[in-house]
Amino acid sequence: MKRAGFTNPWLPILLLVPQLSIIVVFFYWPAAWAIQSSFYLQDPFGFGSTFVGAENYTDIAQSIEYRKVAWFTVYFTAIVTFLSLSIALLLAVKADNVLRGAKTYRTLLMWVYAIAPPVAGFLGIMFFDQSHGPLTRFFGFFGWDFKLGVDYFDTATAMIIVAVWKQIPVNFIFFLSGLQSIPRSVREAALIDNNSGFRRFWDVTFPLLAPTAFFLLIINITYAMFDTFGIIDTMMKGEPGANPMTLVYKVYLDGFRGNDLGGSSAQSVVLMVLVLVLTIFQFRLIERRIHYT
Amino acid sequence: MAQVALEGIHKVYPNGFEAVQTCSFVIQDGEFVVLVGPSGCGKSTLLRMIAGLEDITEGTLRIGDRVVNDVDPADRNIAMVFQNYALYPHMTVAKNMGYGLKNRGISKTEIDAKVQEAAKMLNLTDYLDRRPSQLSGGQRQRVAMGRAIVRQPDLFLFDEPLSNLDAKLRNQMRIEVRALQRRLGTTAVYVTHDQVEAMTMADRIIVLNGGRIEQIGTPKEIYSTPASTFVASFMGAPPMNVLNATVSSDKHVTLDEGLELPVAAPAASSGPILVGIRPEDLTLGEGTTPFDVQIVEELGAQRLLHGTLGGQAFSVSVNKDHEAGTGTIPVSITPGAVHFFSREDGFRI
Ligand SMILES: Nc1ncnc2c1ncn2[C@@H]1O[C@H](COP(=O)(O)OP(=O)(O)O)[C@@H](O)[C@H]1O
Ligand SMILES: [Mg+2]
Repeated sequence: MKRAGFTNPWLPILLLVPQLSIIVVFFYWPAAWAIQSSFYLQDPFGFGSTFVGAENYTDIAQSIEYRKVAWFTVYFTAIVTFLSLSIALLLAVKADNVLRGAKTYRTLLMWVYAIAPPVAGFLGIMFFDQSHGPLTRFFGFFGWDFKLGVDYFDTATAMIIVAVWKQIPVNFIFFLSGLQSIPRSVREAALIDNNSGFRRFWDVTFPLLAPTAFFLLIINITYAMFDTFGIIDTMMKGEPGANPMTLVYKVYLDGFRGNDLGGSSAQSVVLMVLVLVLTIFQFRLIERRIHYT
Repeated sequence: MAQVALEGIHKVYPNGFEAVQTCSFVIQDGEFVVLVGPSGCGKSTLLRMIAGLEDITEGTLRIGDRVVNDVDPADRNIAMVFQNYALYPHMTVAKNMGYGLKNRGISKTEIDAKVQEAAKMLNLTDYLDRRPSQLSGGQRQRVAMGRAIVRQPDLFLFDEPLSNLDAKLRNQMRIEVRALQRRLGTTAVYVTHDQVEAMTMADRIIVLNGGRIEQIGTPKEIYSTPASTFVASFMGAPPMNVLNATVSSDKHVTLDEGLELPVAAPAASSGPILVGIRPEDLTLGEGTTPFDVQIVEELGAQRLLHGTLGGQAFSVSVNKDHEAGTGTIPVSITPGAVHFFSREDGFRI
């Protein structure tokens, strides 16, 4: 094989500079700053700071409030991930049965789903509008006086529904293309070997979908934990008081609303460690299994 | 083991394409039938209808005494071997073979015994714990065979199972598949586009062309009395020479370019016809018909001479000890080895 090479040794470095500087400016530098300031107690009025050692961290560990938010984050992430993956899988399986071979349909459907996500969040909020929202009315019909942004449970429900709704299209597209890449003859061999569609799915289709599913699992966990910030912010309507929130939202709330920069930095360092663990876990697992060919 | 009967089977795809025209035939119990024809002629469609993977538009399909038109593939008691093997990539060889049995409620010990037996038959015993990705093409092919035989089905269906193998392995597997089928006595329908496979493996051959059955017969019948010019040129390599000619007397035909061939014309025919002569049914250096040789192809055991006869493309095959070069030489046609076909539809006269 022929190896392409650079004649000028500085050229590759030069080409990397833009990417590297973005990483440094937007990741390493703030990360380093956060780690540093997590050991200080900032004056709320901006008059200097005092070194407090690990106090910000011990505060987190002892805070009942923090524990409550952490548990909500766990539930929220688990429910959102589970629902958006399973609903998307169900839809993809149904679509796959219909679309087998019909290419035009498939492309059309993909387009619709590719356009939807940015619009979805906004629409979701309209659905739960206190006076006009159709979902609020729908719940009211069953005697559930749905109070978005006021009742803890109701707000949590709405957040989960909108977060799930927003993520389903992405999962759907990945699952559908995963399903369509399973060789037709393998499915047909299964058709001859097993007369139960349910068993065929779990014995043959799903294992072959496992690489896709695992990839999506990680993506969805990350999404639920970090990318739902906007949804949570909109849903609580600026009233964090009795409303549920995730850890990421609390970082923002304590740092920028509560002006506790030290505590907020410590929280963000905890989250960074979490992401690191998640990433290592992902690479380990991908290396080890789920590659058949 | 079972007889398979197709009655008025017809296939139109949802897009309106008629892939198989109405056809009827019976495959006897234990028979090895080969469906052969060029790519796109509807072989796989026909096979897949028998398997239940494709709906039957019209007609009745019987396996044994049972009409199976509306029976699920898994309940037809058939086994199929696919061109790309279609093994389950996430299962071991043993699991691949046993999967169909597991779903029939057979006990684990019995499955293990059957898998072991099939593995022994196919020299796969050492590979039972491997995944398909860790096997060679030939081994994967064997696993696919194993998956078919452990089921002890009424019917084997093969869709070009050897096409992905290299030439040497293909020849070897051809013999193995045939021997295995004989030993088990299971009825088999085998699809291929390779006329050599068809000739060597089949008890009976069904030649398909454009969704239509051209001829059904034993390899010998197909070769010695092809029903049409299509069959004549498809079965046999090099293909039969087909010349445009006119019946000039009951002892002669005249080629379109004027050369007269001394062949006894069929009684019931006159006017323009097609004359078919197999390349091996000619003797060089005798007779009066001039053959203009342009290319000599060495095949080892044989030598192929390509050129023109009376201006029309023509090939002659001779034994290896027969010296030959380019230029014009006289040839004589073996008496009785001449086939006549209609100029209108290409069918045998
Ligand atoms: N699902 C389908 N829809 C429409 N036409 C099809 C479909 N499957 C196959 N065909 C057409 O039917 C013809 C026969 O196909 P097939 O049976 O696969 O041929 P073969 O196996 O002899 O190569 C081909 O012309 C093919 O294009
Ligand atoms: Mg085919």
